[in-house]
Amino acid sequence: MIPEIGSFALVLALLVALVQGSLPLIGAQRGIPAWIALARPASSMLFLLIAVAFGCLTASFINNDFSVVYVAQHSNSRLPLEYRISGVWGGHEGSLLLWVLMLSLWSLAVAAFSRSLPDDMVARVQGVLGLVAAGFILFILLTSSPFERLLPGAEDGRDLNPLLQDPGLIFHPPMLYMGYVGFSVAFAFAIAALLSGRLDAAWARWSRPWTTAAWIFLTLGIGLGSIWAYYELGWGGWWFWDPVENASFLPWLVGTALIHSLAVTEKRGSFKNWTVLLAIGAFSLSLLGTFLVRSGVLSSVHAFASDPKRGIFILVFLAVVVGSSLTLFAWRAPKVSLGGAFALMSRETLLLINNVLLLSAAGAVLLGTLYPLVIDALNLGKLSVGPPYFNAVFTPLMVPLLFLMAVGPVARWKHTSLAEIARPLRWAFGIAVAAGVSIPFFYGGWSGSVALGMGLAIWIVGASVLQILARTRSGLPPRAFWGMHLAHMGVAVTVVGIVMVTQYESERDVRMAPGDTVKTGGYQIRFLGVEGISGPNYNAARGNLELLKDGQLVMPLHPEKRKYLSSAMPMTEAFIDPGLTRDIYVSLGDPLEGGDGAWSVRVYYKPFVSWIWGGAVLMALGGLLAASDRRYRLKSTAARAGKLAAQGAAS
Amino acid sequence: MKPRQKRLAIIVGGLATLGIAATLILNAFQSNLVFFFTPTQVANGEAPKERAFRIGGLVKEGSLQRSDIVARFIVTDTAKEIPVSYQGILPDLFSEGKGVVAQGVLSADGKFTATEVLAKHDENYMPPEAQAAVNKAHEATRTLKQ
Repeated sequence: MIPEIGSFALVLALLVALVQGSLPLIGAQRGIPAWIALARPASSMLFLLIAVAFGCLTASFINNDFSVVYVAQHSNSRLPLEYRISGVWGGHEGSLLLWVLMLSLWSLAVAAFSRSLPDDMVARVQGVLGLVAAGFILFILLTSSPFERLLPGAEDGRDLNPLLQDPGLIFHPPMLYMGYVGFSVAFAFAIAALLSGRLDAAWARWSRPWTTAAWIFLTLGIGLGSIWAYYELGWGGWWFWDPVENASFLPWLVGTALIHSLAVTEKRGSFKNWTVLLAIGAFSLSLLGTFLVRSGVLSSVHAFASDPKRGIFILVFLAVVVGSSLTLFAWRAPKVSLGGAFALMSRETLLLINNVLLLSAAGAVLLGTLYPLVIDALNLGKLSVGPPYFNAVFTPLMVPLLFLMAVGPVARWKHTSLAEIARPLRWAFGIAVAAGVSIPFFYGGWSGSVALGMGLAIWIVGASVLQILARTRSGLPPRAFWGMHLAHMGVAVTVVGIVMVTQYESERDVRMAPGDTVKTGGYQIRFLGVEGISGPNYNAARGNLELLKDGQLVMPLHPEKRKYLSSAMPMTEAFIDPGLTRDIYVSLGDPLEGGDGAWSVRVYYKPFVSWIWGGAVLMALGGLLAASDRRYRLKSTAARAGKLAAQGAAS
Repeated sequence: MKPRQKRLAIIVGGLATLGIAATLILNAFQSNLVFFFTPTQVANGEAPKERAFRIGGLVKEGSLQRSDIVARFIVTDTAKEIPVSYQGILPDLFSEGKGVVAQGVLSADGKFTATEVLAKHDENYMPPEAQAAVNKAHEATRTLKQ
């Protein structure tokens, strides 16, 4: 019964989404107040219905209802409760439902926090979100309903992919989806502005906190995915340039460009067309990411099923969204005013360079991601584009970006001079050069890339610290100021992690018999042996190793090799001793021939690897500060005061 | 600077940046494409000798030897067999009779030295390249029989 309620709720949700996607839009164009007023209640209704559907699927998982195909495929009666809940989004159908749930949540949030916006603007934004929701609900109902029944029901489920039985999976997909879907709000604001013809600073101000909010979730989602890959895949890598990772990174790059371009549009009224294009681009790339991950064209952990119908549906949907929004853009853009003029040396120019560099990087990643797919689709052979390509292209684009990241905030709008920029930054530059050159010598030998990377990181942090010191002398700066500098320093922290781990890590696969010792990064690791243990739904071989420093025991290490009862698939559980300046990472390979109880063991020393994710957390915190800045709320207080005054006058 | 000169400077600067970026990207792209070959193609000498490429197929039953840290096994598309060696720990889902894709270089004596054995994340999953290799070999034998 429960799955049928869920299915019915989804059908109703489709109808509500169609109403939300049509009447308020038409009402706003024609000026019909009753239709405009429909937008807010429709978005509440939509959220309610999708939440019911999502709740029904969750209930089926918790109750182990194996007569539902999706539950039978992704759960098992022995699966612990938390993974039965996160299993809801462990497969294709459920994760799409999560996608729509997130979308309706964003739509609800816009309705709740946009009291200060003109009603017709809200109606248009909600209308666009309603149309997007309708497209996705239709997709679920036509090609991937999670509520389909299996008759007769299965005895037990096939179990969740063991790789996904991990706390990381509980948080990674929802975070990432909140980010992906969040760009639909920026997109909806852009389309609404195009429709109304009011492409102005007020529009930029409205959409800035929403864009930043989406970016925060995406940043955290990508970071969590990277951590998950690091400890769960058993490879110790933190980024593989895997097509699915790229699919999440592309909207991030364009979204970052959008955040910076929105700043220019809000403050100076320039770059309007460009900003609209970026908003359309960021959301289209989110859709493309969904297509790549969900259509099964990619062979990776995320491609759970390959059904050509699904791929074609998303591709058509993508074409409709991109096609119609670009047509609207082409029709409306020539009427948009150009905004304030600016000199060659100005903050506007620096932000333009930021955008060019970020988009070039996005273009390069897109090329490397799509090219193999296109070649394969045209039957021209099979090939792949490896990490060396991405590294070779990405690094040279990031170096100037990082350098200018410290300069941008110092430069004034409209017009600035070289002296104005150089004077406050000269100390940061000096320290950065000196530290960049000397750090590699302290840390195990000269390396140009470490010198450059560390120099740039210190340059960014130094410039931010100097500006914060200068600014706080004249009173407390607004949150947006703190947010920007915190996010920039977060990038610097991530750069430190990447540079250090890439240059100084040591990765060794060794044969170890009981009693053997290997050295890594100033430590010794002794192998004692392997014993059998059993967990709730798996059996495992558990390694007993010791981490030693100068002959003294630091801690015992227990990597595991698990075999889940419901599948023949083995799982490597690495054991990590995390630290601020280094991680020690060991995992078990296989027992080796020779009869002496030897195993192949992977021993990694990863300096500063945790800084990569620490930086992502700082970026997200910076975004949070920036999005919660007072000036985004000022208007709403003013509007409320106005409303109160009006009420007072009326009574 | 006059506004016209300024605009010109911006356009020239932008185009130059784009040009440099495009050159950089396409250059790196050309030299980092990794092509895929089936065991039959490798046996026929179609695969490059010095450049790294990918090979895919099934791991032959009973062919895996793992005495030291170097693992040796045979990749087959059911028509031809290629011996492969890999120094390091094989991914979790590597097993005999299952599909595999490996990246590496071919030595003069026809042995493949893998630098990377690709992990796919589902036991029921067959890498599309490996599936394609086996299908191709089957088609070839069918044509021969007719």
